[in-house]
Amino acid sequence: MSSVEIRNSSLEVQGVSKTFGSNGGGLLALEDINLHIAPGEFTCVVGGSGCGKTTLLRIIAGLERSYGGTVMLGRNRVLGPGLDRGIVFQEHRLLPWLTVQENVGFGISDLASGERSACVSQYIDLVGLRGFERSYPHQLSGGMAQRVAVARALVSRPQLLLLDEPFGALDALTRIRMQQELLRIWEAQRTTMILVTHDIDEAIYLADRIVIMSSRPGTIKRVVRVDLPRPRDRAGFQLTELRRSIYREFFTNEDVPEDYEI
Amino acid sequence: MCAKLSLASDQKMSTTQQNTTIIQLAALREKPARPKRIAKRLVTDRLLGTIVPVAGVIAWELLSRSGAFPPNALPAPSVIGQTIFDLGRSGELWQHAAITLWRIAVGFFLGAAVGTLLGGLTGYVSLAHKLLDPLLQSLRNIPSMAWVPLFLLWMGIQETSKIALISLGAFFPVYLNLSSGMSHVDPKLIEVGKVYRLTAFQMVRRVILPAALPEYIVGLRSGLSLAWMFVVAAEIMGASRGLGFLMIDGQMTGRASIILASVILFAGLGKATDLLLETVGRRLLRYKAQ
Repeated sequence: MSSVEIRNSSLEVQGVSKTFGSNGGGLLALEDINLHIAPGEFTCVVGGSGCGKTTLLRIIAGLERSYGGTVMLGRNRVLGPGLDRGIVFQEHRLLPWLTVQENVGFGISDLASGERSACVSQYIDLVGLRGFERSYPHQLSGGMAQRVAVARALVSRPQLLLLDEPFGALDALTRIRMQQELLRIWEAQRTTMILVTHDIDEAIYLADRIVIMSSRPGTIKRVVRVDLPRPRDRAGFQLTELRRSIYREFFTNEDVPEDYEI
Repeated sequence: MCAKLSLASDQKMSTTQQNTTIIQLAALREKPARPKRIAKRLVTDRLLGTIVPVAGVIAWELLSRSGAFPPNALPAPSVIGQTIFDLGRSGELWQHAAITLWRIAVGFFLGAAVGTLLGGLTGYVSLAHKLLDPLLQSLRNIPSMAWVPLFLLWMGIQETSKIALISLGAFFPVYLNLSSGMSHVDPKLIEVGKVYRLTAFQMVRRVILPAALPEYIVGLRSGLSLAWMFVVAAEIMGASRGLGFLMIDGQMTGRASIILASVILFAGLGKATDLLLETVGRRLLRYKAQ
C-alpha cells in the first residue's frame, strides 16, 4: 500500500471564501483565505467566535459544499468528505448505541473483521483507553469520550486530522492533559494536524504555526511560526512573550494581562 | 494497513514519555463511579406500591363475606379466583384466551408492520411526509369506534373485521413514533455518517434506525396496549369466542364473577405481553442502562 506516498501530500488552500445566506443579503464568513500546510505540520487556527475558523475547517473536511476558491490535498481537489481527512468535533459525537470499540471501528467497516479489530485495538491503546473497549459512551467522562473520538478519526489513517475546538468543552485540567496526549499522538503518528481553537495558550503550546484570524469577514491576519522545542514550558519566558504578542492582535495594549497564568 | 502504525509507535515519544504514563493513569482514574444501591431501592419501592392494593383486596374480601356487597353484583375476590380456576379446569378459559391472543398477535403484527413501513418512509423521505402525514393525522382523529359499522359492513362479522380494527389501533402509535424518531435524529450524528461517506442505505441502517429505536419501541408498546383496547371492543361487538365474548356472556347471564374474571384475565395477559416487549426493548437499548 502506498500509504507513505499519500501521507506526504500537503494541503493547499487557495483564495477560499464562503458566504452564508444568499441573494446579496448573505454574510461573508470567509474572504480570500490562502494557506499552505506542509505534511506532518501541526497548525493551530486561532480567532474569536464568528471569525469563520470552524467554517474553514469544515470546508477542508468537505462538509461545506459551496465555497469560492480551491482546497487541494496533494493532487486531489476537496469536493466532499473523505477518509483521507479525519475530524474531531467539539462534542465527541460518538454513537451512543455503540461501544467504544464499535465507535472507533465505525469508519473502517469495509475492512475484514480481523484486520479491523487489530486496528481498533491499536488505536484504543494509542489514546490510553485499554480496558474500556466494551464501555458505552454514557459511561465515559468527557475527556475519555473525546479520546475515543480522536481514535475514531485516526483509525482510518487519514493524511490530515482536523480538530474543531476538541477540548473546548472540557475542564481546564483535563484540557491540559488532553493537549499533552494529542502532542504525544502527533509525535508517534506524524499526522498533519489542524486544530481550531479560541484558546491562545492551547495554540502556543501545541502548534508549529499559528494562524491568527480576524472577524467579519474572516481573514487571515497573521501567521506566527513557533520554533520552540517540545514539550514546551507553559510558563517559560519565550511562551510568555509569544502570548503577549498574540494577545496584541486581539486586544489593545492596556488590555493585555501582564502576568497571565493558566 | 496497521503494520505501519506499530512501527511508528515503537520509536515513539522521546519527549513526552512521562506524560504518557501520567495520562494513562489519569484515564483509569477518570472512570465514573457506578451507583450500586439503585436495585435495592427499586425492590423497596415495589413493596411499598403493593401495600394499598393488597389491603384493598383483603378489605373487599372481608366486606363481601360480611354481606356488605351484594354477591351477584360484586362477588368476593375468592369467588372470582374460583371462577377463573373452574374456567381453566373445564378448558373454556384456554379456548377463549387463545383466540383473543391470536387476534392480538395477527392484528398487532399487521398494524405494526404497516406502521413501520409508512413511519419509516415518512420519517426518511420528507416528500412522503408532506404527502402522507396530514392525511394520516386527520384519520387519527376519528374515534376508533366510529370505524366499527363500516368495518362490519365491508368485512362482515367474522375475523377479518376484528383483525382490521385491532391493526388500526396498533398502527397509529407505531407510525407516529417511528416517523418522528427518524426525522428528529441529531443532525450532528448524521454528519458523522457523512464524514465516513455512508451511502443512504448505510446511513439509515447504521445511524438513523438505531437513533430512532428508543422511540420506535415506545410506539410498539403503546400500539400493543391499543391493540388490547381494540380487541375488547371487537369481541364485544360480536364474537362467539374470546375473552370479550366471555364478558358479554357473563353480562347476559347475570354472572358478575365471569365479567370480573375476564377483566382480570385481560389485565394479566395485557401486562404479560407488554412485559415481553419491554424486556426485548430493554435488551436492545441496554446501552442506555442504569
